[in-house]
Amino acid sequence: MAGFTPKISIRNLNVYYGQAHTLKNITVDIPDNAITAIIGPSGCGKSTLLKSVSRLLEISDDVRISGSVEVDGEDIYAARELTHIRKKMGLLSQRPTALPMSIRANVTFGMRLHKRIRKKRLAQRVEHYLKLASLWDEVKDRLDESASKLSIGQRQRLCLARGLAVQPEIILADEPTSALDPMSSQHIEQIFMNLKSEYAIIHVTHILRQARRLADYVIFMYYGEIIEHGPAEQVLDNPQHERTKEYVKGLIS
Amino acid sequence: MRNRWLVLRVAVDHLAAGVSRLFTLSVLLVLVLIILGLLYKSIPILTSQSILDLLFSSVWKPMKGQFGFFPFIVSTIYVTVIAITISVPFCILASLYLTEYAPRRWTKRIVPFIDLLAGLPSVIYGIWGVIAIVPFVRDILAPAFGYETSGYCILTGGIVLAVMVIPVLMNIMIEVLRTVPIELKEATLSLGATKWETTSRVVLRKALPGVLAAVVLAFFRAFGETIAVLMVVGNTVMIPKSLFDPGYPLPALIANNYGEMMSIPKYDSALLFSALLLFVMIVGFNWLARFVLKRTERYIV
Amino acid sequence: MRTLWRRFKGWFFRQLMRVAMVSIMAVLLFIVITIVIRGVSSLSLDMITQTPKGGYYFGREGGILNAIAGSFYLAAGASLLAFVLSLPVAFYLNVYSRSKRNVRSVRSALDVMWGVPSIIFGAFGFLVMMALGMKVSLLAGIITVTLLITPIMVRAMDEVMRTVPRDLYEAGFSLGATRWEFSVRVLLRKVYPGIITAFLLGFGRAIGDAASVMFTAGFTDHIPNSLLEPAATLPLAIFYQLSSPIPEVRERAYAAAIVLTVIILIISLASRLLGGRLSKHSTTD
Repeated sequence: MAGFTPKISIRNLNVYYGQAHTLKNITVDIPDNAITAIIGPSGCGKSTLLKSVSRLLEISDDVRISGSVEVDGEDIYAARELTHIRKKMGLLSQRPTALPMSIRANVTFGMRLHKRIRKKRLAQRVEHYLKLASLWDEVKDRLDESASKLSIGQRQRLCLARGLAVQPEIILADEPTSALDPMSSQHIEQIFMNLKSEYAIIHVTHILRQARRLADYVIFMYYGEIIEHGPAEQVLDNPQHERTKEYVKGLIS
Repeated sequence: MRNRWLVLRVAVDHLAAGVSRLFTLSVLLVLVLIILGLLYKSIPILTSQSILDLLFSSVWKPMKGQFGFFPFIVSTIYVTVIAITISVPFCILASLYLTEYAPRRWTKRIVPFIDLLAGLPSVIYGIWGVIAIVPFVRDILAPAFGYETSGYCILTGGIVLAVMVIPVLMNIMIEVLRTVPIELKEATLSLGATKWETTSRVVLRKALPGVLAAVVLAFFRAFGETIAVLMVVGNTVMIPKSLFDPGYPLPALIANNYGEMMSIPKYDSALLFSALLLFVMIVGFNWLARFVLKRTERYIV
Repeated sequence: MRTLWRRFKGWFFRQLMRVAMVSIMAVLLFIVITIVIRGVSSLSLDMITQTPKGGYYFGREGGILNAIAGSFYLAAGASLLAFVLSLPVAFYLNVYSRSKRNVRSVRSALDVMWGVPSIIFGAFGFLVMMALGMKVSLLAGIITVTLLITPIMVRAMDEVMRTVPRDLYEAGFSLGATRWEFSVRVLLRKVYPGIITAFLLGFGRAIGDAASVMFTAGFTDHIPNSLLEPAATLPLAIFYQLSSPIPEVRERAYAAAIVLTVIILIISLASRLLGGRLSKHSTTD
């Protein structure tokens, strides 16, 4: 893709899970202040690609990774200290996993890891991030209740607030709305549109219409390879590659 | 023809249903009989001394018909507490290591090994205690703290119990820790937490109800354990004042004296009362612990 | 700076966990090694093929055949009896009962029984013996141990059966099977490794438990010829002969220990191979 300075540059990324070659020679740039959607049939490595950007693959045994992933020019795979790298990227999973603590503690957890903050400021921050995630009004009276009591849509927004609280620069979203009801999904999508002016958002989705609604750039993956990538209108409405055409038309899923 | 075959099948089915109901009732009946039997046999002693006296007096003179169970109750509690205090920290740390840190190859081999040892009968732990721990406590540990002991004391009992309880504890803790979903770990790590912070603040916290339940289970297993402790605890009627004093837990009392039960009046009643006591303590506190656990579960998670 | 502290904590606790892990492994290995070392030297053909000569406590010659035979008779008898009792109960819980409330109560009651220490079963067995005028005997031992291991067996069987998804039940019944036919021809076929494991579990407990046989089966130098004779068992052989002043008698205790350990390890391995775990526990209802 031409015409922008990439926030993330991936070059020749190969990922092996045991014998399986899950990601094959991935080379692509991801822009800042935009939503990049990764689309493709299930099981083709979309989540793997997402997690490789945050070095989250390594928590599993038996994973081999080669290639480079540069964030703001620095190869994250060469770095030794992982917590700072991971902090830069917020993760939103398919199934919202609230930490086993109160709502308030969920939001402050990450913040407090990295530095000591005084109580008053903590309360302000909690409010700020919950507002960003459009959750404040619904929970402001029960911040000390367990987070597991929230509905699934609320929990996903809580995860978002929690992730934003550590002040990342990139948001990695792995099918964040697939487990949610339509109203909550809409909520999340709206928040993404608001956030994209400040963050680079990578959004894995299997819902083509969602990609159409949100994405500025699109990457199409098929069996571990990037088949096509580029600006959204181009890939979705005017695909160059045969496979992409088939997928976009709904012939393969 | 067809009809008769069907009738036969249905008859067999009803018979089988009846048999299973019967057997189930019988098994439950046994439980009831045990409780009733113990109660019935304890009546003589319950009528001769007040329950408070029985529980809190330290006067143990069977010949005179005086039975104070306090030293035995205390010994039982001491030994169990020592065992839990030793084993739980080790087990939590070790099971965290096996599930979160160790390479899968190691864990695959180690867990079956621990499982294998969980089936060892208590008498084997007892003989090991006599061979290995008693001399250790007598010759090395006690002098190090300035005490003299024969080695047969509540500390030895506690150590042997602790080791007995380890395979069980590890087994459950590992199972519980494995149920923590990987997304939780991913979510925490992506906030910039270190592996230890993830393990200690989130994984352990999520698994806490299961871990606590395991500890409770282990506690009650240790409480009722008879023969291993019996072999190493010294079997002296006294309230232990230090770790290196001998003790006399309730199960040991029952086991050691059943032979004399018949010759001394009310002795049999006393011993069966201690069985009842043991039963009540285990079942009663088990219930209580589970109840409390269920309540606190809401606050932890 | 703060990061350094966090990394240090991580490293520190990692070492601590390693130490805990290694200590536990070391202790467990230590136990096995101790038993083997002390026991191997006392093992001989005589030891396992002869009964003690001159009395088990004072006799200098002979072996532990009394205990080996006694233990096998006892454990086999008790396990078979318990198996016959347990399987129908497990079927009741999973197939026959229509009331969820009943099932829950029975499971709770079984849970309670499962947690009752063996000494209480022993004391109860003794009570029953006295009430019926029975003397110390193999039969009394078998009955007591049966009561002890039945809750264990039922629970193990129940747990396996519970893992079978409802789909299988629906499939079986929709073909017109009666509950009995389903239990035997479908369910049992599906879970039989687990059932065998449950049996082995019970057998292992039966052969290794001391407190339940102490008052009921007694102890003797001879191999029991009938159910009404007392029977020696391996755990008691260890317990009674360990504290003898005579070294040859103590040797018999060590021999009994290693024989018992080997038997238990074989049973554990066998049930592991069948896919079960010998000490499977579950703490939640």
